[in-house]
Amino acid sequence: MTTLAAITNPWMHYLIWPVVKFSIAFIIVQGIVAAMNWIERRLLGLFQARLGPNRVGSEIGIPWGLGQIIADPVKFLLKEDIVPSSSEKVAYYLGPILPLVPAFIVFCLIPFGPPPTFAVTSNVNVGLLLILAMTSTVVYGIILGGWASNNKYSLMGGLRSAAQMVSYEVPFGLSIVGVLMLAGSLELEEIIRYQERNAWMFIPQIVACFIFIVAMNAENNRTPFDLPEAESELVAGYHTEYSAMKFAFYMLSEYSMMVVNCCLIVSLFFGGWTLAMGGFGLTTAVLKGWGLLGGLLGTLIFVTKVMTFMLVYIWTRATFPRFRFDQLMDLGWKFLIPLALANIFVTGIVVLAGGEWLLSVFGVAVIVAVVVFMMRKPEKVSRKVMHASPVSEA
Amino acid sequence: MDELTQGMPLVVFLIIGTIAVASSILVVAMRNPVHSALFLLLTFLCVAVLFVIREAEFVAAVQVLVYAGGIMVLFLFVVMLINVRHLPEERVMSRFWKGGFAVGLGIFILFAALVRPGVYHDPNPNTKELRTVRTYRMRNVRQADGTVIRKRVARPRVVGNSEAVGMMLYRDYLVPFEVISLFLLVAMIGAIIIGKRELSADEEETTPAFILERTETEREVKESFSA
Amino acid sequence: MPSTEAYLMLSATLFAIGLVGVVVRRNMITVLMCVELMLNAVNINLVAFSHRLASLEGQIFAIFVIAIAAGEAAVGLAIIIQLYRAKSSINVDEARTLNG
Repeated sequence: MTTLAAITNPWMHYLIWPVVKFSIAFIIVQGIVAAMNWIERRLLGLFQARLGPNRVGSEIGIPWGLGQIIADPVKFLLKEDIVPSSSEKVAYYLGPILPLVPAFIVFCLIPFGPPPTFAVTSNVNVGLLLILAMTSTVVYGIILGGWASNNKYSLMGGLRSAAQMVSYEVPFGLSIVGVLMLAGSLELEEIIRYQERNAWMFIPQIVACFIFIVAMNAENNRTPFDLPEAESELVAGYHTEYSAMKFAFYMLSEYSMMVVNCCLIVSLFFGGWTLAMGGFGLTTAVLKGWGLLGGLLGTLIFVTKVMTFMLVYIWTRATFPRFRFDQLMDLGWKFLIPLALANIFVTGIVVLAGGEWLLSVFGVAVIVAVVVFMMRKPEKVSRKVMHASPVSEA
Repeated sequence: MDELTQGMPLVVFLIIGTIAVASSILVVAMRNPVHSALFLLLTFLCVAVLFVIREAEFVAAVQVLVYAGGIMVLFLFVVMLINVRHLPEERVMSRFWKGGFAVGLGIFILFAALVRPGVYHDPNPNTKELRTVRTYRMRNVRQADGTVIRKRVARPRVVGNSEAVGMMLYRDYLVPFEVISLFLLVAMIGAIIIGKRELSADEEETTPAFILERTETEREVKESFSA
Repeated sequence: MPSTEAYLMLSATLFAIGLVGVVVRRNMITVLMCVELMLNAVNINLVAFSHRLASLEGQIFAIFVIAIAAGEAAVGLAIIIQLYRAKSSINVDEARTLNG
């Protein structure tokens, strides 16, 4: 009984436990962020047929250039911190710090593992809506930084970012609606349980999943959509005038938001801590029965999935060229939003008429069609066609 | 646990309310519109917290989502587009500042007189009602005199605030909801039409074809509106 | 729990501050921000009464008010941009062509 009293003690309940749980979530996410720094550069190197950072730390016996993970923050800390003299000081200092706050708050709301263990910090009735609200405030850091630097490239970056974020917020939110209609709840935990009872949500909601991935890339200013920091047009966009630790803060918030978005996609579309096909015996109930060990195992599964989607981010970055700004707006407003609305309409009809399996059949058919399309024999492409460019034709 | 849960909302209200009032004063007092916008953002976030204390989680989330995520970004966008730093140094106050303060003070005194402490007794409201969804069924109901009639019967079910608001919004307030959506559509078209810029002859030569095509269509739309 | 009067007083304060801003400031963007502040003060009232009367209607109307505020901001900002193009100024006193 003493342990129970300790747990239900109000100060423990309102102050100590949340802090402990948040710290654990924070450590998990920051671990992923730190690792991503090295993984992304190595993988980009491999994608581009070069080596990438592969030797930092080899003198003291750290393999594969893993010393980069420590070397980078140290470099950021020791670099000179240059503040433009004509900058708007308050906004300039606020810029890098502001996006960190929502990026960290969101971790409290993500269910890393099955419920009774340490992983869920706070289960809110409007969970998903709150996450959306929080992620939508990340843009302020970019706008403020771009404006306060008093540099026209920074200002252009900030402007582009504001327009892009507001535009892609809409398909980002709309793509989730179909999932909510099927699961009937705004709580991420409930959505994961629904996926355990039925199929993973990306099968009935394959269209929504596609929209979500595109919009999530745009929200993070990642490469096909990195217009706010397009280096060939705007020097470095909104963070042109930022150096040392302030620049590192921008990077930190960007990667934290990437992790947040991956957590969202995992728990919305790919089953959270559960495994496919009835979990191979590792259902939520079984994991719950194992107590702390089960919680750790669930968290491990979750984090593995999150890492997979982080790799998808890097893959996207290495594959796609950047959009032009009007193309970006067209994609958002004329393609993604109507598609998301159509998806909501179809899902609504199916939910109302019953027979949610129809959506699953449709989803499986789409996936099979895509796989068959990708596995087909490549056509022989003649050298002539490959080298013909639109410029020479004109 | 009771003392803490009882006392906590009041403490939070006092702190957050003070911040909200202070930052809203700064919204009015700041010379630079960007700083005003930041303090307005702070006010909105504080108000969202106050909504949570009043068990209106859904409205609080919508408040942050729409105000912080949409409206304030739009404001900052326009401030940056106009680039305030190049505007001539303006006087902060208009000629009517004495009258303005007098009107503000008058309205405040009027409101304060209306809501002075003790007017609205809190009858310890049944806050479960804020999380209740009512589903209606046709049922056979036995009247007091023994006759049985068919009647619509409400069956209350306690769920979450967001579900309750959703049911209310889409069932009892469906027509106002549709009117609001029409209003938003009209506002969107209006904003686009008003905000468009005519290209000068000089610009028309240098702009790429895809933009010209667009302005052509927009001009047609505009003409059809004015016709 | 904070009482309903506390909420109403807070709302009255924010409304009065917003009103002062609308009348006193000359920068049109700030004026529009003060209008948003007043609308939000109304929302506080609606939510406070929704809690006191244990009825969801207040919250529904708060959502409607938020939607109207969004539309108002969009149209208002479009007007400000157009005014800036015409007059190179966003001073309220400059826009007096309709005064005759």
